[in-house]
Amino acid sequence: MGMNLNVKEKAAREDKPRIGVYICHCGLNIAQTVDCPKVAELASHLGEVIISNDIDYACSEPGQQQIKDDIIKNELNRVVVASCSPRLHEATFRQMLKEAGLNPYLLEMANLREQCSWVHMNEHEAATEKAFDLIKMAVSRVRFLMPLQEETLPLTKRTLVIGGGVAGIQTALDLADSGFEVVLVEKKPSIGGTMAQLDKTFPTMDCSI
Amino acid sequence: MTDAGRHPLIKLFTMSEVLDVKGYVGNFEARILKKARYVDENECTACGECAGVCPVVRPDEFNSGLSSRKAIFVPFPQAVPSAYVININECLGHNPSVCARCIEACDKGCINFHMSDEEIVEKVGTIVVATGLEPYDPAELDEYGYTRFENVLTSLEFERLINAGGPTGGEVIRPTDRKRPESIGFVQCVGSRSVRKGGNYCSNICCMNTIKATLVLKEHYPDMEVKVFYIDIRAFGKGFEELYARSRRLGVHYIRGLPGTVEQDTKNSLHVAVENTAIGKLEIYHLDMLVLAIGIKPAGSAQQLKEMLGLQLTADGFFLEAHPKLQPVDAATRGIFYAGCAESPKDIKESVTQASAAAARAIRLMHKGEIISEPITSEVIAEKCKSCGICADVCPYNAITVDVKKKKPAVVNIAACAGCGTCAAECPFDAITMNHFTDTQIINQVNALLGEKPKEKNLAFACNWCSYAGADYAGVSRLQYPPNVRIIRTMCSGRVDEKFIWEGFKKGAPVILISGCHIGDCHYIDANKWTERRVKKVHKKMAKLGIRPERLQLEWISAAEGVRFAEVMSNIEKLRQNVSDEEIAETIEILEKEKL
Repeated sequence: MGMNLNVKEKAAREDKPRIGVYICHCGLNIAQTVDCPKVAELASHLGEVIISNDIDYACSEPGQQQIKDDIIKNELNRVVVASCSPRLHEATFRQMLKEAGLNPYLLEMANLREQCSWVHMNEHEAATEKAFDLIKMAVSRVRFLMPLQEETLPLTKRTLVIGGGVAGIQTALDLADSGFEVVLVEKKPSIGGTMAQLDKTFPTMDCSI
Repeated sequence: MTDAGRHPLIKLFTMSEVLDVKGYVGNFEARILKKARYVDENECTACGECAGVCPVVRPDEFNSGLSSRKAIFVPFPQAVPSAYVININECLGHNPSVCARCIEACDKGCINFHMSDEEIVEKVGTIVVATGLEPYDPAELDEYGYTRFENVLTSLEFERLINAGGPTGGEVIRPTDRKRPESIGFVQCVGSRSVRKGGNYCSNICCMNTIKATLVLKEHYPDMEVKVFYIDIRAFGKGFEELYARSRRLGVHYIRGLPGTVEQDTKNSLHVAVENTAIGKLEIYHLDMLVLAIGIKPAGSAQQLKEMLGLQLTADGFFLEAHPKLQPVDAATRGIFYAGCAESPKDIKESVTQASAAAARAIRLMHKGEIISEPITSEVIAEKCKSCGICADVCPYNAITVDVKKKKPAVVNIAACAGCGTCAAECPFDAITMNHFTDTQIINQVNALLGEKPKEKNLAFACNWCSYAGADYAGVSRLQYPPNVRIIRTMCSGRVDEKFIWEGFKKGAPVILISGCHIGDCHYIDANKWTERRVKKVHKKMAKLGIRPERLQLEWISAAEGVRFAEVMSNIEKLRQNVSDEEIAETIEILEKEKL
């Protein structure tokens, strides 16, 4: 590995990676295009991968429990979840790592659904090959992930609401009634928006104001 | 409305606009411009003496121009704040020799022509965007005759006409002869569901709004002939179908088909030609009045606000939510939420529901009084830093300070760092690490991807907020594209270091794509301008070295552009097929010789 590692990265490497890889079927969303058991088998031969399994729904309660149990039983210290987009479930799986006693930033996801099975639906072989590539990439990245510490910052307990129509008014009232200060900005001389112009409104047929 | 006006915790700024917003979740700073009202809104009792003497008469916008108001006016009787306002562009001025009659009429002395626009700075932790809608202007749909015939009205104008507080006291009359029409027709989907003009989306409210109008008409005038021209009636909500059934029971005639032409006869009655698609016949109806059920367009301010807050819009121009099902009120930017028609056309109930949801989401974030920051920030390796100051120059957040004169190493203010990684990409000495997106982590991904059969694969870098989200959107839409691409996610395209590109080509990549948010839409203010410069620089180097610059592509793809993402994937695949084995081998040789 001809890489120049910085001090922190070297320290993280001393804790030898023990990686768990989980390939999610997402029901049939992934499994009908990608050969999940085959990919899991291939991934089990990658370096530092201790366990590699396919799983029906990684995000489900039993799915998460299985991964958490594996983490503890096999002393895993890195996890790859190959499922949907990290934009959807990264937070879910980070929380799962936390619950299993790992730093949440030792997780990497491979996007097998939005960026593989759903966009190559009729190309099973190519999609399976791509899925394995995405997992290989995730495994080689997860090896070098480092634990990170979240920081707590001060926060201003006030909300700026832009627009004083029915939506802006309702938001402002809900916030203010809950004890939060609101700055409500409206470009017209009165709040009320389009709603104020309406006569009776459906479905109740009563006045809008 | 009045509750919002007098709530002790709500600070209301009317006639105001947000000029710019700085900061980040939990700690935003908004600059607000409050335009001069020329009437003291706290003192004014809305007695109306001033308007009584004002000589300037103008169309009343609130009544859609169906009545008039003065240059000093109250927008509508229930206005909040309940105070008059002067339209200074219409007013004759306060020079006593010209006018100034309102000043004399106001006993309380509320009118002040010396008021000027004010700029206010407010600190907030969260922002809710509730900028609403703009009604569709049907002038371009000339077949309905809106600009030609006075008795063709928009649904909003009709709303004012039938409103007890409107210009006619709720009496429906024809604009031409001020007589009650014996027959009224409603045309649905005006500016909606059309690929030709207006929006191609359903505006959501117009069917029910028309049904409501027919019920009110039938209640007021049981004998009036009421017809509705429609494509489909979408009465999908709770209690909606019942209203539709009631309307039909009351004798409202629903005709499936939109008018082809509208003409007017000498008595100002309208002749509406329509193909009734239920029976496949051309029919002509004679109606005294025609109401166009106009659709909903995004507010004009959406574009400006999008740039100011780093948000995204859908192709229709409405704000794009973080996830269409699971985070329907969150913006992708943490701490910003949507409510109402700003996000999509919706009725009052849905607007109120979303508004409450937005409030709850904001409270969820704020209630602890502190916020946990993602530790994805940059870090300086002091012993490698040469204090050149480049990192400080490129940081969009001014989060890095370097004492260039005293040669002190750079320092990152972690609270201000948003984690784009541009500094790490631009540092010539590798003295900055971008946590969670380090050189090692990314180069390992590149190597893993190109380890086997590299010439069959396209390497794409995609920024988290736009292009990666665009790729997800292509997936959600099930758009099919060639399976050769492998994406590496970075938070911002600004993170894509030159050395990642060289590494890719050295390992045999035929084509490399860098993709990010459109210029002006960058989630990290303007970090992507450094991406653009870097790619230009690399293109020049490639040309000089004899490597075809086309093999490095730069594309801006937004989170809403799933279709574009799929197109770009097809294009780079075409490009890949034109890269020969010899060309790749030659590139590897050149780069190894150059030690890049």
